[in-house]
Amino acid sequence: MIREAKINRLILLLSLLVFYLFVGTADAAAKSKVNRVVLKNGLTALFVEESKAPVVTFQIWYKVGSRNEITSKTGLSHLLEHMMFKGTAIHGKGEFSRTVAKNGGTENAFTGNDYTAYFENFSADRIDLSLELESDRMQNLLIDPSEFSLEREVVKEERRSRTDDDPYSFLVETLHATAFMVHPYHNPIIGWMDDLNNLTRDEAYQHYKKYYQPNNATIVIVGDFQFETLLPKVVAAFEKIPNGAPMADRVPKEPPQAGERRTIVKKEAQLPFIFIGFHTPNFSHPDTYALAVLASILSSGKSSRLYQELVYKQQIALDAGGSYEDLTTDSDLFYFYGTPRPGIETHVVETALNAEIARLQTEKVTERELTKIKNKMEASYFFGADSNFARAMQIGKAETVGAGYDYVDSYLKKIRAVTADDIQRAAQTYLIADQKSVGILVPQPAQPPSPSQEKEP
Amino acid sequence: MRVLLFVFLYLLGSLNLVSAEINPKRIALKNGITLFVIERHTLPIISVELLIPSGAINDPAYRSGVASLTASLLDEGTKNRTSKQISEEVDFIGASLSASADLDTTAVSLRVLKKDIEKGFDLLSDILLNPSFETRELDRVRQLVLGSIHAEKDDPGVIASRAFDKIVFGNHPYRHPIIGTEETVKSIERDDLVSFYQNHYLPKGSFFSIVGNVTEKEAVNLVEKYFSKWGDHREKPTRTVPISPPVAQPQKTELIQKDLTQTTVLMGHLGVRRNSPDFYPIAVMNYILGGGGFSSRLLTHIRDNKGLVYSVHSSFSSYRQEGSFEISLQTKASNTNEAILAVREEIDKIRKDGVTKTELDEAKAYLIGSFPLRLETTGKLAKLLSALGFHNLGLSYFNDYPQYIEKVTAAAILKAAQTYLRPEALTLVVVGNIAEAKIKDQHGLK
Repeated sequence: MIREAKINRLILLLSLLVFYLFVGTADAAAKSKVNRVVLKNGLTALFVEESKAPVVTFQIWYKVGSRNEITSKTGLSHLLEHMMFKGTAIHGKGEFSRTVAKNGGTENAFTGNDYTAYFENFSADRIDLSLELESDRMQNLLIDPSEFSLEREVVKEERRSRTDDDPYSFLVETLHATAFMVHPYHNPIIGWMDDLNNLTRDEAYQHYKKYYQPNNATIVIVGDFQFETLLPKVVAAFEKIPNGAPMADRVPKEPPQAGERRTIVKKEAQLPFIFIGFHTPNFSHPDTYALAVLASILSSGKSSRLYQELVYKQQIALDAGGSYEDLTTDSDLFYFYGTPRPGIETHVVETALNAEIARLQTEKVTERELTKIKNKMEASYFFGADSNFARAMQIGKAETVGAGYDYVDSYLKKIRAVTADDIQRAAQTYLIADQKSVGILVPQPAQPPSPSQEKEP
Repeated sequence: MRVLLFVFLYLLGSLNLVSAEINPKRIALKNGITLFVIERHTLPIISVELLIPSGAINDPAYRSGVASLTASLLDEGTKNRTSKQISEEVDFIGASLSASADLDTTAVSLRVLKKDIEKGFDLLSDILLNPSFETRELDRVRQLVLGSIHAEKDDPGVIASRAFDKIVFGNHPYRHPIIGTEETVKSIERDDLVSFYQNHYLPKGSFFSIVGNVTEKEAVNLVEKYFSKWGDHREKPTRTVPISPPVAQPQKTELIQKDLTQTTVLMGHLGVRRNSPDFYPIAVMNYILGGGGFSSRLLTHIRDNKGLVYSVHSSFSSYRQEGSFEISLQTKASNTNEAILAVREEIDKIRKDGVTKTELDEAKAYLIGSFPLRLETTGKLAKLLSALGFHNLGLSYFNDYPQYIEKVTAAAILKAAQTYLRPEALTLVVVGNIAEAKIKDQHGLK
């Protein structure tokens, strides 16, 4: 929970089931009017008035994440996220959190492949505080060298709990490193341990200076306020910050995959786990909607195909699912996963997953099933809209990865237009063996106590 | 599934927080259901939470997991629908429908679009009133539960909790995992579920909360239409034997070897019940000590100043009977003693010196000011209403809560710290590389 980074892709993955609710977030946003303003310094601000409860969420999204990191510097964006709570000349160490808390607010931050975002949730009358705090730390962060060294240790602890001591996450990390050879989605968001040991304070500061610029940021405010009243305050707080240099990162393209890849992880674990990724396009491709529907057919709800077939009928898996994330800056993976039941061999689950993929390719989805999925995605929109935070997440992410907030607006309409033919074609185009990377966790028996192998720098 | 297990611990923690402008209606129905309604007409959605005042605490002795399995089987087939039909119908209207047991209670939750509310209630009442508990479905779900119990052994946090609860709750039923154990789940029979259902799934004493795009009248009509047949159909009601509250246990240290880079540390002892007269001084004291937020003493000193942990947290989990007080953290194995020592110092310090005026003021400001955040969504409100009903806190709670917090004094906090934090009784559970951690004798650490 604490100062959560969206680090662990497995968590990311599991949350997708929930997230779907919000990804489904779309359309009736025609109803939720978004006011978009670009300040003179290039800062984008998105406002959604929502008066159902006297609360407000403020989020600021910077277009920087592990995608912007180079070899030997992985984990820099996330470590910088932690340092963002360590103070400016005006608000000292710990003052951000303390100020928010004593005003009845909650706050946190998260780092992804494509973004680093900070948020506060407040009673509606406290929104000015977000403007004060976030405009300050956009430009005035001090990175104290000894604080940096301490926080590095905190992040290493975070990596140990999230990844090194969790065999399932460890497999997911390995699978990404296998599926992406060149593109930075190869690297874990939290960074490799050896990089964490060697990152420096100056590197973090340069990263900050380069990316924490108004023209590289998007503000999203959702809640109980009036746009006309709030806009001048946002302008007053942020427009004085000078525009930074244009970003000029060259992010290497992933070369086409030419054949299936397989990777094995052997770690102490109770059960095996299989995790399969297919390269698929992102929001910018028209097939994105068919892929989203496809993922929902596979794993949204207890009547979904993978649950019904692998968990309910064949009784070979404890859980099974598939997921697709459309809102990524570059093309990412469509995942399938399954945990074999005790006593079931992994290849049995893999075969069953493959059979479900083949079924999507050879048989058309029935009208009833398609209607069910569309109903479900539509309902999910309204449920997601009940949370200001979830709405702001969706809009902020869409804007930051380049889809634009209006992608969210038109989403449901596009989903409703998806046909059975589209789904079959998407399955035939993308879910093919040559585009596949398969990761398998092979459980090892409990090890006798061993001295730690980790070396300190 | 692994994630769900943790939810119960914190549910009541969130009870703390309520907002002013919320005016729920309370309606007593003929068959003993208490209905709460909050109208919210901005979105076309409705959240329903039905709370039954029985849970894992009512599991038959030596059969832990019965309450949980009974709840899990509700949507796996009724007299009218198969498991598959239920999930198809729920998914077709994009609703969610689920049931789960906690220590004291069982909750059935429905979330549905307004246009589908009749269908939603049809499904909700069907799984609640007509579950068939087919042996075939029981055996299937049992295998899933056994698989989850098996998989839990990969989670050091769960391993530590299981060991901790066994020690801290002594012979009290709170010691058992809600989900059950491998042995008990294997031994549960259909009759156990049927009997639990008949004796505990009763309208009298249950709380029905409906929040969202619905009027009070519509809500009453819905519940009367779909639940008027719900009654107590037992020929011979079993006499319920009151369960004695848990008794404080002597300090114990348990070290569990697992080859991990970090150790997971749990320290604590028996805590308080939700209706403790000192609930609010304890809540404020715990917030300052390590209750949440990034400004707590534990987080500031052990994470921010020493860099020993990513997360460290203290909590009083309060139920109808005494829950536990616990502090949890994870740290690199070789840092274990230092982290434990730092926790003990903070406990000693707050017991000796209490809290400063600034800390107290800021804690109150947080607890009162963050009220409305906890009440934003229909789902949160519905859960909170049912919990208020269960703990008999009264609907005036919505207005009174800020005063409860405001009234807490520094002296009351000092007294709460001295009464409810007992360093000599701190049970210690460590999961991880024990050889590397070289845990020092508890007394040696004092």
